[in-house]
This record gives sequence, C-alpha cells and structure tokens, in this order.
Amino acid sequence: MSQQDSLYEQIGGEAAVNAAVDIFYRKVLSDDRINAFFDDVDMEKQAAKQKAFLTMAFGGPHNYTGLDMRKGHAHLVARGLNDSHVDAVIEDLGATLRELGVKEELIAQVAAIAESTRNDVLSR
Amino acid sequence: MAIIRYAKDNYDLEENQSVLDCLTHRGVALPFSCRSGVCQTCLMRATGGTPTEASQQGLKDSLRLQNYFLPCVCYPDTDLEVALPDDADAQAVIPATVKSLRLLNADIMHVELESHAQLDYRAGQFINLFQHQTLGRSYSLASVPHQDDHLHLHVRRLPQGRVSGWIHDELRPGQTVELRGPGGDCFYIPGDHAQSMMLIGTGSGLAPLYGIIRDALSQGHTGPIYLFHGSRDLNGLYLSAELRELMAHYANFNYIPCLSGDDVPAGYASGRAHDIAFEQIPSLKNWRMFLCGHPEMVRITKRKAFLAGAAMKNIYADAFNVSQPL
Repeated sequence: MSQQDSLYEQIGGEAAVNAAVDIFYRKVLSDDRINAFFDDVDMEKQAAKQKAFLTMAFGGPHNYTGLDMRKGHAHLVARGLNDSHVDAVIEDLGATLRELGVKEELIAQVAAIAESTRNDVLSR
Repeated sequence: MAIIRYAKDNYDLEENQSVLDCLTHRGVALPFSCRSGVCQTCLMRATGGTPTEASQQGLKDSLRLQNYFLPCVCYPDTDLEVALPDDADAQAVIPATVKSLRLLNADIMHVELESHAQLDYRAGQFINLFQHQTLGRSYSLASVPHQDDHLHLHVRRLPQGRVSGWIHDELRPGQTVELRGPGGDCFYIPGDHAQSMMLIGTGSGLAPLYGIIRDALSQGHTGPIYLFHGSRDLNGLYLSAELRELMAHYANFNYIPCLSGDDVPAGYASGRAHDIAFEQIPSLKNWRMFLCGHPEMVRITKRKAFLAGAAMKNIYADAFNVSQPL
C-alpha cells in the first residue's frame, strides 16, 4: 500500500464494507446498551443504513450532510439517545474491524470519522 | 438521449444525470437519502427496459431478478420505465376463473385459479385478489410454475375478514375474479444447490413454503431442507399427508409439524415452530432461511436467525399482515 491510498482503499473498499455489515449489525443487536433502539425497525432497511454508515466511516464515497444526520436521528434523540449510546456504537464498530483483522491505526481513523458525526447525531 | 417514463410522464435524461436526479429535478417527489447507491432508500423498479448493472449492485438476488434498482446510481443509455416498489398500478389487472375450492382444514380454503393471461411468477410470491375494484387482499401462491397448471392459494378465514369471508362463503367454481401481481421477494433462487435451507411457517404461512420447497426440489436442490410448520393444535395443520409423502420421496427433505398447544400426539414436536427450529439447529451460518406467517413470529425469528449466524441476504421473509376491519 502506498502512502497515497485513501483510508477507504486501505481498509478494503466496498468488499470490506460488505464483510463488516452483518458482523457490525449483529454486535449492535446483541448490545444491551443500544439494542432497544432497534426493536421496531425493518431489519432489511436497517442493514442498508448500516452499510451506508460504514461506507462513510471507512472514508468511502457518500453524500451525507450534517443535516441528514440530524434528521435521521431526531426521533431517537427524542427517545433518549445520548453520548453513552454513541460511545457504544463506536466501540462495536472498533470490535467489528478488529475481528476482520484491520490495523489499530486504521481503526482509530474510522473511529475519528464516526466521532465527527456525534454532535449532529445528538442534535447539538 | 434516454427517456425516463414515470407515472405516465416522460422525462429526458440529461448527460451524466442519474435517474433519481432526472426525476427529482423536475419536481417528482421521491424518497432518497445517501445518493451513492448504498442506503437503498430510493429503491425503484424498472417496469420497462433494463436497469444498469451498477444500479443493481448490493441488492438482494430476488430483487435484482425482478428489475429493482437504485435510481441514484443509474445512468442508463436506453429508455427506462420506472415505478416505486409499492405502486400497484404498475401491474395490469388479470381476470382468472375459479377452477376449484376445497377446505384444507376448518379455516383454510384451497383456491385454484386459472389465469386468463400468462402470469410470470415464482413459487412463493403473492398476488392480490380483488373482491371488487378497491377491495383486494394479498395471498401467497402455493403453486409452482411449470409444475402446477393453475394458481393455488391457501386462504385462511379471518374473523370479520371481508375478502376471506367472501372467498369462503360466496365464491363458486366457474366464477371470474380479478387479480394483480405477482409481488414479493420470498422465493427460491437456484445457484447454490447444496446450501442448507430452513423454512418456518405458521398457519397458512405454509402456502408460499409449500411452493418454495417443491420448486427447490424440482430444480435439483441437494442440500438439507427443513420445514417447521406450526399451529396450536392438530386441526390447524394441513397438507401433512402430502408433506410426509414428499419426505419419503426426497431424502434431503425433513418435515417437522409443531404443535404449541397442550395436546401433542406422537410424531409431532411440542412447542412453537420457531423455538423448535432453533433448538434443533442452533447455528445457522451459511443457511438460507424462509419465514412466513404471523407478523410477530416473522419479526422475532428474523432477528434470531440473523443473530444465530444467517446472513441478511440469505433471510427471506413474508409477514402476513392482517388488514384492520373497517
């Protein structure tokens, strides 16, 4: 890998997202800190959203804006979504990448991108 | 320059413009989110023409085969006619003659229909059957194309069910009815003949599963196939003789009738179908799953199957939602 390769390419691009999405979603659904937020969702649609989220967090192509993030999570903020839940998601994300053998320095970069959405996700 | 046809209007596609942009820029209200072919919020169906390969990437096989695509990443060179996934008007009304009606058990009627026009469907999909123009209900197809001459439905009589009541009490052989379809993405796709398959159904949720199983077996599926059919008591089960016969004929097919009530005779598993299924087969890694019937059963089982290792793309589900009586 050359220095110029983007984070997305270094992680493995779309193939990495595809490999990660089921693992990540399983972790989220098994995580008692956050799984109540996913009780009533359509799993198929949710998996697609998780995929979009992972693509963005891996530094891949996306068109999400802060406003999209706010709109997409406002109903969850109303149900009590707070910092501890965002922490849990970022933790599950890291565990997913570790399971796939991604290097710690790349995981830190992914976590940083996910972290950058925190205030929008929590409507702050 | 390609033309995009949507809701009877034509839109000229500009150079380097996606189908989604083409429509939304001209004021068509469509749902969308990521605009990069990932989130699937903007999912549409091509009812004429062929969507580009790139616009079908990441979609479930069963959707791809039905020409579903993502307009946000679709840049076609040729004309496309498109519709939203739930646009019922995109399908023509087809008349059909009732060939026979017979009770499968006290509540479930086997309805055999002869379609007046060729209905291109896959076993396990559903059609909408209309009592009159604005009153229709979805029923799964239990028949298999090329194997059964006619369309077969298993219609359960619902308390105060307007359409099911009409089918049970008033419909007669020889009568003509109207239908629309097919729809649904719960069907067998050939390709991985050795894959293990688990099918769980409650009540008339057996209908699509009966079609899917016979379709898979006739297409030479060699992997183990487990059917768990659940009901409260013996009276709720049906087609047991046919399924046992199928089991005698195909070594890879297993039929496990499940009774959740108190009275469970020998030869039947005691408990709810999905509980018994997970007890018998706790790890579902690489399994293909089909779940049909009671919405709550489907919801819980889908999640459990996923957590037990089944990949999302391998879980096909059809929840039988009941319309609220007016």
